[in-house]
Amino acid sequence: MASDNLIQIRDVNFSYDVRPILKGINMNIPRGKVVAIMGLSGCGKTTLLRLIGGQIMPTSGQVVVDGQVTTDLDSEGIYALRRRMGMLFQFGALFTDMTVFDNVAFQMREHTDLPEELIRDLVMMKLHAVGLHAARDLRPAELSGGMARRVALARAIALDPMLIMYDEPFTGLDPIAMSVIGNLVRKLNDALGATSIIVTHDVQESLQIVDYIYFMADGVVIAEGTPNDIRKSDTAFVHQFVHGEIDGPMAYHYPAPGYAEDMKVGGAHA
Amino acid sequence: MLERSIAAVRGIGHRVVDGVWRLGYAARFFLATILHSGVSFRRFQLTIKEIYFSGVLSLIIILVSGLFVGMVLGLQGYQTLQKYGSESALGTLVALSLVRELGPVLAALLFASRAGSAITAEIGLMKATEQLSAMEMMAVDPIARVVAPRFWGGVISMPLLAAMFSAIGVFGGYLVGVVLIGVDEGQFWAQMQAAVDFREDIINGVIKSVVFGVAVTAIALFEGYDAPPTAEGVSHATTRTVVTSSLAVLALDFMLTAFMFQGI
Repeated sequence: MASDNLIQIRDVNFSYDVRPILKGINMNIPRGKVVAIMGLSGCGKTTLLRLIGGQIMPTSGQVVVDGQVTTDLDSEGIYALRRRMGMLFQFGALFTDMTVFDNVAFQMREHTDLPEELIRDLVMMKLHAVGLHAARDLRPAELSGGMARRVALARAIALDPMLIMYDEPFTGLDPIAMSVIGNLVRKLNDALGATSIIVTHDVQESLQIVDYIYFMADGVVIAEGTPNDIRKSDTAFVHQFVHGEIDGPMAYHYPAPGYAEDMKVGGAHA
Repeated sequence: MLERSIAAVRGIGHRVVDGVWRLGYAARFFLATILHSGVSFRRFQLTIKEIYFSGVLSLIIILVSGLFVGMVLGLQGYQTLQKYGSESALGTLVALSLVRELGPVLAALLFASRAGSAITAEIGLMKATEQLSAMEMMAVDPIARVVAPRFWGGVISMPLLAAMFSAIGVFGGYLVGVVLIGVDEGQFWAQMQAAVDFREDIINGVIKSVVFGVAVTAIALFEGYDAPPTAEGVSHATTRTVVTSSLAVLALDFMLTAFMFQGI
């Protein structure tokens, strides 16, 4: 019987060379839910997505996706798993030498033998779902940031994936485009019966659309809960993060021996 | 002092190890490109598109350069040959110089500057903008879908460009030698026909241009694929492509010439 959790991350450690990025991470992503992974830049959120997608393998521990342990799979197994995943990259990562239509049709042409007429209908449906069927002949360079993100979203759901991963989907968007993307994430997840993971540091937008949140800092999960739990959290870091406070456990300055020492003024008048 | 010396030696060691590692990585990359070439031939339209970008779009620079090189050969050749009363051998000189050496080598150098740099910049930017990662996440192997068609596009284009360079160069030599200076037309073509051997000269020239095509395209693809995903990284990689592939063409040309024409 299939587990209720589409993804289970068990005691995962990961290092680049000798620099530890993830330290003993445990997470469960339930089927059908939208789960956010939040934290400061560089805390290991994107690394976690790459582990789930099998682009990198954990140094120790297990990543289980739909009952399959990624480290047990060969490259064909990983590719078979990825065919059931969609991913939205931070700035869309649209193929710049193709039109919007060809971008969305890309996976269909690569992985299926569907006739071109059917592909056309499917692509138009996907583009319509993100409100951009009229932009089918444009090139990525002709799109605004928000439009490019929506096209990338249409491309991510091209093959009706079981899992959709979003890497910083709100970065660089105006408030309207942000709300549009946020609503689409929720609606598409529910309409497709998929599971979604959003890696983000945009608290206010995310808390409105997600079911569950993991907070990460320095490679470990420091808090988790529903949006209400997070809003009420008295964990110092979560409070600082959610309310955007300057003072708190996360220091503004990069760790250094001392400003006075750097300026060679002896420290007395620093 | 001792610490500085140790650091210097350690620095040299690191550079050597990095260099050897990169060479090994390049060899594995080249092997992977060959092994994942099935798609390039099964869906040949992908390769045709790259032949257009690498080959057809390089035609102008190749044809114009070939014409001028042939015209210069005509002028210089006539200057020297007339001293010995051998102006009639001008056709032979122009054709052999182009077919054996200048055609493949100059076409390859121009190809490295125009198509090679474009390939590196394109692949490097695809990497920097996460297009290659996106492809991987869509279960599409970027080596098979992006790298291999460009490789075969370059390898197929290169001998065709070299042949066109030589052909238009011979025409340039004819224009200067026969039309402008007045060398006998019959002698010009007849001596050329008698002196140029199909196997010794033409085929060897084609072999050279295929080898240059492999070298230039492989270097351009590897530099793009290995480029740090930043503006500076892509810019350095593009420069390295032109420098490395130009030097590789000249070094390979010497080795191939030494093997091919050792009986002469």
